[in-house]
Amino acid sequence: MKKFTKRALGIVLAVSMALTMSACGSKETAQDSGENGSAQTAFKVGGIGPLTGGTAVYGQAVKNAAELAVEEINAAGEVQIEFNYQDDEGDAEKAVNAYNTLKDWDMQMLLGTVTSAPCTAVVEKTFEDNMFQLTPSGSAVESIQHPNAFRVCFSDPNQGIASAQYIGENKVASKVAVIYDSSDVYSSGIYQKFAEEAANQDFEIVEAQAFTADNKTDFTVQLQKAKASGAELVFLPIYYQEAALILTQADQMGYKPMFFGCDGLDGILSVDKFDKNLAEDVMLLTPFAADAQDELTQNFVKNYQEKYGEIPNQFAADAYDGIYAIVEAIKKSGVTPDMDASAICDGMTKAMTEISINGLTGENMTWTEDGEPNKAPKAVVIKDGAYVLR
Amino acid sequence: MIHMTAKLSKNVRSNAITYGIVLVFYAVVQILLATGNLSSLMRGLLVPLCMYAILAVSLNLTVGILGELSLGHAGFMCVGAFASAFFSKYMAETGMPAGIRFVAAILIGALMAGIFGILIGIPVLRLKGDYLAIVTLAFGEIIKNVMNVLFIGKDSDGLHFSMNSAVDLHLKEGGTVIVNGPQGITGTPNQSTFTIGIILLLITLFIVLNLIQSRDGRAIMAIRDNRIAAESVGINITKYKLMAFSISAALAGVAGVLYAHNLSTLIAQPKNFGYNMSIMILVYVVLGGIGNIRGSMIAAVILTLLPELLRGLNDYRMLIYAIVLIVMMIVNWNPTCKAFREKYSFRNIKARMKTAKEVR
Repeated sequence: MKKFTKRALGIVLAVSMALTMSACGSKETAQDSGENGSAQTAFKVGGIGPLTGGTAVYGQAVKNAAELAVEEINAAGEVQIEFNYQDDEGDAEKAVNAYNTLKDWDMQMLLGTVTSAPCTAVVEKTFEDNMFQLTPSGSAVESIQHPNAFRVCFSDPNQGIASAQYIGENKVASKVAVIYDSSDVYSSGIYQKFAEEAANQDFEIVEAQAFTADNKTDFTVQLQKAKASGAELVFLPIYYQEAALILTQADQMGYKPMFFGCDGLDGILSVDKFDKNLAEDVMLLTPFAADAQDELTQNFVKNYQEKYGEIPNQFAADAYDGIYAIVEAIKKSGVTPDMDASAICDGMTKAMTEISINGLTGENMTWTEDGEPNKAPKAVVIKDGAYVLR
Repeated sequence: MIHMTAKLSKNVRSNAITYGIVLVFYAVVQILLATGNLSSLMRGLLVPLCMYAILAVSLNLTVGILGELSLGHAGFMCVGAFASAFFSKYMAETGMPAGIRFVAAILIGALMAGIFGILIGIPVLRLKGDYLAIVTLAFGEIIKNVMNVLFIGKDSDGLHFSMNSAVDLHLKEGGTVIVNGPQGITGTPNQSTFTIGIILLLITLFIVLNLIQSRDGRAIMAIRDNRIAAESVGINITKYKLMAFSISAALAGVAGVLYAHNLSTLIAQPKNFGYNMSIMILVYVVLGGIGNIRGSMIAAVILTLLPELLRGLNDYRMLIYAIVLIVMMIVNWNPTCKAFREKYSFRNIKARMKTAKEVR
């Protein structure tokens, strides 16, 4: 008796599934014909990033800033953009699903993905489809390994090397300890290159301590080791949430070395319940500082704050620059919204290496053929609760 | 004797329906593909669907047939994924034909996961109930974390291993890092296709269904139902428990192979190989019916499709997903709902009509 119900249920489900699938298909074709009929006037730019899950902060920042930039550009009128942002939960598999969803929407260019591992998975698909991709913050080397992909942020190796050179050349310290997240691509990527470059520089890594994503609330062990090793400077190639905990715990231990971080540390001043005095004299190498005095940054910060009620972080700045870079490349290459994604990609890929933009994250940014940006990292130090250029 | 044949044919019929559902699904998808009626999203989901179905079926062998709650299933998947991706990456330059390499990768993934199943099964299966669940959970996490500190590189001297960092591999000029700790394996060839996924799913079903209906399967179920009674009639408890556990692990490894060869990046994260995933697979099994192979397969497909089909609702999709889980749980297992379902099942209505006719 039960068997039969189950069988009937199975058949009903199979049929309904087939129906939903075909329904999706037919909807898509209907959309296609509709859009091809009327001349399309706006570029369809897709975005992918985490809106849920542990890295949602970054994805949300990218979404907000990209939408802000798109609004400004559409108001200016020269180029029209339609923006659609999909959630990938910070997961490679979901990112590919999000990418396919955007393809069904007839996306012509992709701004994404926000985090590195999903970006590496998606870049394979965009390369197959010859779709232009610009990631605001996917910093792993493989994230843009194909010629159709570019990025706004620095790559992990560049940050590691730049940090080591900065510490070495400015004689900031001679004994350095590192605390990094071994389960994070960003963090361990920076650490590896930092360690390699440190060998060429005039300082010594006396201690390297790792933690993982499963175990990132108590850092006393790592700090004790760093303290015991006599390090004058602790290098933190990590994100600001953990850095805030490390600073607090170091203070409780009475350990007061210099702290040095990368762009992940940006945002540390806006952590809830974090005593800003602890971040005093923390140095970080970042392309963006929300307190910078130039007009562009101040306008951006003001508009962003008005719209979303928070101070934008570096991810937001990367996304904002990303949209402007896309628009600049559109103008340069002369692609039009009625071209297909592949033709647009060919034009954009060439134009990206020819443009130069003044953005939030750097002046006169240019791109090389392998997709890396050329811009100078700024060393910033925190003084009186604000970022000050060093 | 008559009873026996009736029972046998019932099994055969039930199996045929299970295979039939898979084949019909395959045929429908192929038709939709051929006529261009399948959206990109759906095309991208086909391999994951097969993968989750295999996972659900294989875990059902441990949970439903062996009767032990395993919370480390994603760990075996992780082993299969990394072993096969490592093999594919390692052999990529040797000029081995891609087809043969992929078949070998599938076998290696299954074999390695199976070996881990035996190794972990030996200590774990001495435990029972909650303790077993906790220890499998721990092993699953251990596997994931070991993968996160494992560095393997290859140069002219051969393979180099390290548990510290890629720098410690001391590779020569021209050497490549294959497994790069937390950054995992990148650049695995994308060879998983829907057809291969369906073939693997059918093989999985064939193995599991035949095992259940064999002498060994009955021994395994006897252990589940009453361990002492089973032992008293001379069933080798350890052997059969290990058999079910390691076969289940090997099949999870096969799903891992599909996963690794579907994405070009393979990283052991809490999201894909942590306990979240193990629980996810367990949810498929529980909602599909513990011990019900076909049900778990269908549940896996529905629960994988659902969040993607609900993308239009943005953040609300998580809410709806949760509600669907709860509703499915209630409708499937609540006694009142069960009684209602049975009262209005086709067979019951047919039987009632028949009796009504006879009365007339």
